[in-house]
Amino acid sequence: MSENHLLELAQGVVKRAQAAGASDAECTMAEGDEFSANVRMRELENLKEAGSRGAGLRILIGKKTGASYTSDLSEEGIARLVESAIELAAITSEDPHAGLPDTDELGALEGDLRLYSPDVAGLQPGLKIDMAKRAEAAALAADPRISNSEGASFDTHVGRHIFANSRGFAGEYRSSYCSLSTVPVAREGESMERDYWYTMARGFAGLESPEEVGRRAAERALRRLRPVKVDTQRVPVVFDPRIAQTLLGNIFEAVHGTSIYREESFLAGKLGQKVAGENVTVIDDGTIPGLFGTSPFDDEGVPSRRTMVIERGVLKSYLLNSYAARKLGMKTTGNASRGLTGNAGIGHGNFFLEKGVPTPEQIIAGIPNGFYVTELLGFGVNIVTGDYSRGAVGLWIRAGELAFAVSEVTIAGNLKEMLMNVEAIGSDLEFRGSVAAPTLKIGEMTVGGR
Amino acid sequence: MKFSESIFAARFNITKQDLESYLAESLSQGGDYADLYFEYLLASAISIDESMVKSATQGVSMGVGVRVIAGERTGYAYSDDLSPEKIRKAARVAACIAAGPSKLDKFDLNEGARHNLYPVLTAPTETAFSERVELVKRADRAARGFDTRIFQVQASYADSLRYVMVATSEGVLTLDRQPLARMSVSALARHDGGQPQRGHAGGGGRVELDFFLKEKTPEHFAAEAAREAVAMLDAVDAPAGEMTVVLGPGWPGILLHEAVGHGLEADFNRKGVSAFSGRIGQKVASELCTVIDDGTISSRRGSLNVDDEGHATARNVLIENGVLRGYLQDKLSSRLLHSDSTGSGRRESYAHIPMPRMTNTFMLAGESQPEDIIRSVAKGLYCVNFGGGQVDITSGNFVFSASESYLIEEGRLTRPVRNATLIGNGPETLKYVSMVGNDLRLDEGIGVCGKEGQSVPVGVGIPTIKIDRMTVGGTA
Repeated sequence: MSENHLLELAQGVVKRAQAAGASDAECTMAEGDEFSANVRMRELENLKEAGSRGAGLRILIGKKTGASYTSDLSEEGIARLVESAIELAAITSEDPHAGLPDTDELGALEGDLRLYSPDVAGLQPGLKIDMAKRAEAAALAADPRISNSEGASFDTHVGRHIFANSRGFAGEYRSSYCSLSTVPVAREGESMERDYWYTMARGFAGLESPEEVGRRAAERALRRLRPVKVDTQRVPVVFDPRIAQTLLGNIFEAVHGTSIYREESFLAGKLGQKVAGENVTVIDDGTIPGLFGTSPFDDEGVPSRRTMVIERGVLKSYLLNSYAARKLGMKTTGNASRGLTGNAGIGHGNFFLEKGVPTPEQIIAGIPNGFYVTELLGFGVNIVTGDYSRGAVGLWIRAGELAFAVSEVTIAGNLKEMLMNVEAIGSDLEFRGSVAAPTLKIGEMTVGGR
Repeated sequence: MKFSESIFAARFNITKQDLESYLAESLSQGGDYADLYFEYLLASAISIDESMVKSATQGVSMGVGVRVIAGERTGYAYSDDLSPEKIRKAARVAACIAAGPSKLDKFDLNEGARHNLYPVLTAPTETAFSERVELVKRADRAARGFDTRIFQVQASYADSLRYVMVATSEGVLTLDRQPLARMSVSALARHDGGQPQRGHAGGGGRVELDFFLKEKTPEHFAAEAAREAVAMLDAVDAPAGEMTVVLGPGWPGILLHEAVGHGLEADFNRKGVSAFSGRIGQKVASELCTVIDDGTISSRRGSLNVDDEGHATARNVLIENGVLRGYLQDKLSSRLLHSDSTGSGRRESYAHIPMPRMTNTFMLAGESQPEDIIRSVAKGLYCVNFGGGQVDITSGNFVFSASESYLIEEGRLTRPVRNATLIGNGPETLKYVSMVGNDLRLDEGIGVCGKEGQSVPVGVGIPTIKIDRMTVGGTA
């Protein structure tokens, strides 16, 4: 890839759009190389390798907008890209809030955010296949009951993200990641269960060992064997970090600026109010070097930042792009996010729940009868009402200990009450993705079973 | 469609000889089978929010995926550039999965069999934007006009026109032109500053724009979304625990998609990781249940003339009178299991490896009157609309989320209840089906199925059915 070619091309697209009649324009370009190796039952199963690139354009003619995208970066493709976006501005509505961020809001974080590690692009296929084989082998060797596997995979991605607009912003950054995962299947009699574990990092050196990944995946699958369907009851519920992370995802949706101005979130209109227990602090931080939610600027060219979302239970900020900010009479929080196509949406940086003091073991030890959830199924969360009802898998807590596996049950409650009723937050915060949370305990939820 | 008239020949100057040489390159390291999947996709989307058309997008993406199979191994590479050098490079990369002498067979490409399920002359994507933008404006007006308690409406319309060409080392060349269009409407209702509720509706298919002007109009979807939102204003907490569940006809067929469909995809069964593995010929449902996956229904969202491996789609019986009959096979699984492809090899795009997927999955009608089914329930839940579902293939546990449901008390529908997830176990739940209605209905054409990161359009359908025992995840 030539260093500056795409950045110049993006700036050129903006100029062409302006020449074609756009009063403002913004162009996003992305290119990337992906590789993935899958092994199953110790044999190589799939190898995939490719590179791709594309461009997206959004233009404004006054207060009307149009957007287009293409994977064809030839002269003809670019001409059509510009023409398509201009054409569409004719059919959209005058929207008084449409526009780009103000010029003084534009910019990028300085310094190395460690989003790109040169070791990823240089990894040899043989090594990548071997990493996947080692992870699966470790899972298969962990216990005779691990008799089958859905395999293991090693994936890498190296990419470049480019953004330019008609207010003078032009920026680009490179990023990389590699990940290793495995999915063992455990069997005991008629009971068959699977689970997974993974590790992901910006650079190869940041990965956990394949043996550790395999061991943890096997441990998770094994402890699910011979599950019981418990009786319907109300009990304390503990979310393991992977599950607590999904709850953070629900909070993100509820503070999402678009949901707020449309009044389709249970947190709309609650700024400055107590929405969670005093032990709950939620932060969005797009500035932490090396993490997956970090970037020098958002997808409108506004610098990433740290935003206090919930501070000791009080809702402090929504997450906004410039459009939602104008709708709400606020300032963008640098959370614009988009693919190549359309208006900017809203995304998060590193969105996490601040850790607490107790270890997960201490949290569990204090529960006489409860449910430790290790997997959720389905999409039963209604952000409008906060109604929460999901399929769950996990372990039953008896007298402070994990006693037996549970499945084919539901857990239900309402997010408003669940947030107020966070009784404990663990010390085990880890960033395995851009959303993270430690173990947490909700005082009481309904477990639906027999 | 003739090869010489296809966009790939006409615009990109690709010849049959080119395809044959790319396939030869793909097998230059000795693979058993190779195919090329060319795709040229035009797509557009329009959305309205707060009665303003805030977004309109159109774009084009294209590329070619090269696959080489060697035993159980698959090599895959793709290019978004259709120049001969880039296609050759992708072929060489995919070829590396095999290790052996070149198989320079003579490939004589002949056009293969295909259906003609969507003879759409002018695809919606090819019509004037001024016509399409009217659809979302009409939906917005209709939903707002439905009831004074509706305070927020979003409507979107999206269409695509996909040209595909598949060439295989078995000498088969297939071409298809796949139009697809979908409308969706979401409405929020609120009464006296109280708790808002959402309603949602949508549909479409492989149809002409006329479908939205004559058959399923924007007003139809708008009224359905607004009706659901208003109905839910009176909702009470959902019950919790095991009870009798009655599913209404149509979209609740998502039960079949989750409970049995995924578990019968051949890749999981070949690997022995599905709860249905090794159960062909066994009873997995009550004898009232016959479940079909049919990719050949005219104009349906889940239908295809040929699958994404160039194989004609089919009507496949999954469960017949309660007995498990067959799996959904793609090329790789059928080769390894020594059976035939069921025309179920699908992929999201040229950048994705195909795998066995569903098309339109439904249960055949029974003989009961829907009213009799509800009347037979002393206490239970009647579910008419759903959000998404999910399944754990290995344990067989599946869920789906009811977005509109009603309590059944003494054989009558009483109160609407709040959103609740229903959970069951694939090989078990359908054994408790005790009544099947005579009112089979297919959904309106809005389904998207996700598997291993790939999304494809699908359809579902079901008559009214009664399940004697299922766990409902409410709080009451």
